[in-house]
Amino acid sequence: MAQDDLVLFPAAPRALSMRFYEFESRRIVERAGIPVTEYGFCKTAAEAREAAERIGGSTVIKSQVLTGGRMKAGGVKFADTPEEAEAHAADILELEINGHMPVGVLVDPKAEVEQEYYAAVLWDGRAKRPMMLFSDMGGIDIEEVAENHPDHVGRGHLSNLHPIPDFRAKEVVAAAGGLTGRELTRATPVLARLAQLQRDYDMTLAEINPLARLADGSFVALDAHMEMEDEAVGRHQKVLKEIGVELEEPRELYEPSEFERNVKAIDEADHRGVIQGKDHGFTGNLGLVIGAGGGSLTLTDAVRSQGGKPANYAEIGGNPSVAKSCGLAKEVLKKDGVEKIAVMMSIVSNTRVDIVARGVIKACLELGKDPGETIAIFRIPGAWEDEGFKILERYGVEYCDRSVSMWEAAGRAVAKIQGAPA
Amino acid sequence: MSILLSSDTTFIVQGITGREAVNLTRECLDYGSKIVGGVTPGRKGREVHGVPVFDTVAQAVEHHGGPIDGSVVTVPPAFTKDAVFEAILNGIKLIVIVTERIPRGDVAQMVELADLQGARIIGPNCLGLIVPEVCKMGGIGGPAKDAAKAYQPGPVGVMSRSGGMTTEISSSLTQAGLGVSTAVSIGGDAIIGSTYAELMPFFEADEQTKAIVIYTEPGGRMEAQLSEWVKDNNSRLPIVAFMAGKFMDDEEMKGMSFGHAGTIVEGVEDTATEKIARLEAAGIRVVERIDEIPTVVKEKLGVLA
Repeated sequence: MAQDDLVLFPAAPRALSMRFYEFESRRIVERAGIPVTEYGFCKTAAEAREAAERIGGSTVIKSQVLTGGRMKAGGVKFADTPEEAEAHAADILELEINGHMPVGVLVDPKAEVEQEYYAAVLWDGRAKRPMMLFSDMGGIDIEEVAENHPDHVGRGHLSNLHPIPDFRAKEVVAAAGGLTGRELTRATPVLARLAQLQRDYDMTLAEINPLARLADGSFVALDAHMEMEDEAVGRHQKVLKEIGVELEEPRELYEPSEFERNVKAIDEADHRGVIQGKDHGFTGNLGLVIGAGGGSLTLTDAVRSQGGKPANYAEIGGNPSVAKSCGLAKEVLKKDGVEKIAVMMSIVSNTRVDIVARGVIKACLELGKDPGETIAIFRIPGAWEDEGFKILERYGVEYCDRSVSMWEAAGRAVAKIQGAPA
Repeated sequence: MSILLSSDTTFIVQGITGREAVNLTRECLDYGSKIVGGVTPGRKGREVHGVPVFDTVAQAVEHHGGPIDGSVVTVPPAFTKDAVFEAILNGIKLIVIVTERIPRGDVAQMVELADLQGARIIGPNCLGLIVPEVCKMGGIGGPAKDAAKAYQPGPVGVMSRSGGMTTEISSSLTQAGLGVSTAVSIGGDAIIGSTYAELMPFFEADEQTKAIVIYTEPGGRMEAQLSEWVKDNNSRLPIVAFMAGKFMDDEEMKGMSFGHAGTIVEGVEDTATEKIARLEAAGIRVVERIDEIPTVVKEKLGVLA
């Protein structure tokens, strides 16, 4: 246990989270009662100029993109006058960063900072509790601070059931480099409110970096990073709307491919069963029509370990209709470079083997392909398998039951596509 | 023997009138499990395959005339937390949460309450657990005759983050003439009620169990926890592990989730490679091929022909 505490982010994987732009994160932080600077979110250069005029003095213009490395890419610039702010905003609005175009810029007063701190609350999956983190060395990479200056990072877990007490936050702040005095008393409520925010909004990560102490001793959040768990987005729709978050706007890590979009559309058109398809990072010639969750992971590895090149990743589950199985198989077969498909799953008890068999055969026929040639192997044992195997036999498709392992079935598919005799 | 379940185990199904729950009830009854009631608010007085339906867990307990051992929770994600709280606070000690897509803040609350009340949660996002020829609690293995085909009694305890792979692996153990003591589908989410390490003491105490097989995936810290448990506890049980999702270690897969919600690689600690190294360092044998499992288990048990 003790050894594990050395890891700063022991946490559970953040799974799929809804990411927020900085300006949205600031609005969330503000709602939680944590002071922020008087910033302006602008969609045009002219708006940026107005914001800079309103703020007065020097400003920082920051690109609003869902990716890191803004500073390095030239997405953050300093301006002394409103004219300069306008010019910088015009440049930044045109600047693509890591494949992302900004949705706007944030115009922020250039604060007179005495010191920068780090504050965060995130899940520790192992403790099954949220963990607070605080450091008096903010503004830089926290993992680096934790490694090189462990005594400058305070941390502490919270109960999921009790109200969030200020004293827990105080303990964490006090443990960060021995903070005391007004620094301690003024930083404590910020961390406690951040913890409340993390709980109230189901955040997988609630981070303020840097948290700044200004000349007058007050603390303000200069940058914030929030991620809300996907599963919880539904219950927070009202608040998200108030903050101005556009829920329809896609926030994926990358632009979905045509294959991914089509599979999703087929899945959504029919409530029976679930299909998923991904081809980001896959470029092979063997199409995979596979399932379910763990089975798909196992089979994708088995194909690759035996020299096969998957054209995609897929998941079938929950007894899909013939149309859905057919739709997935068709989309896989339509992908560039796909020569054959392998239809494989771990033993099924819910999904019906015969229905999947019908679906994949139908897909071949509708695309004018011979199922016996196109389907390299069919390995789905389980419910209604005898009926399924009868259909496959009729079309000359090679199939196997549970006596052939997932590894062997994958190997058979690889051998076939590499030209081994049928 | 077995872990967590026996032939006397009684349980209810919360959300029993849902389509999936009706099937699950049928399967469990056919397998010989003792389902003593079901709960769906507003449906009191109905029956599902002869099982009486109540509005509250308290009514089910009263009707049963004594404590009920377990509950299978199949209610929608927005209502799961309340259903689980209701079960725990009515004295139920073993809760299988089938429901998927529950926000983890809710899960963490349920787990903390369970800890305080001496209850145990399996799942969420799982298929439950099975003791071959004794009791099945949840959809694990499917209809009774399918479950019987895949699960025969034997010396191997199985724990798996994937419900489907629990059956695939158990079936291969059964085919190899080994069989299963208890198989637990522990769930695929980032936070779950019972991890490998948390279930190990039960298997350790079970005389029937002579070896453990785990199915695991990238993401999370559950394997590190198991490795430490093994090192700290001088376990008598050899463990054989299979790691799926090694392809996720590729750079272009970073940040993407495959399979289960908990399966995502975000840091070095989460990768398959890192996990395999940790497990092996603790003396846990990690097999490359899924079909090596029965052979390696036989080796470990010293029964290789």
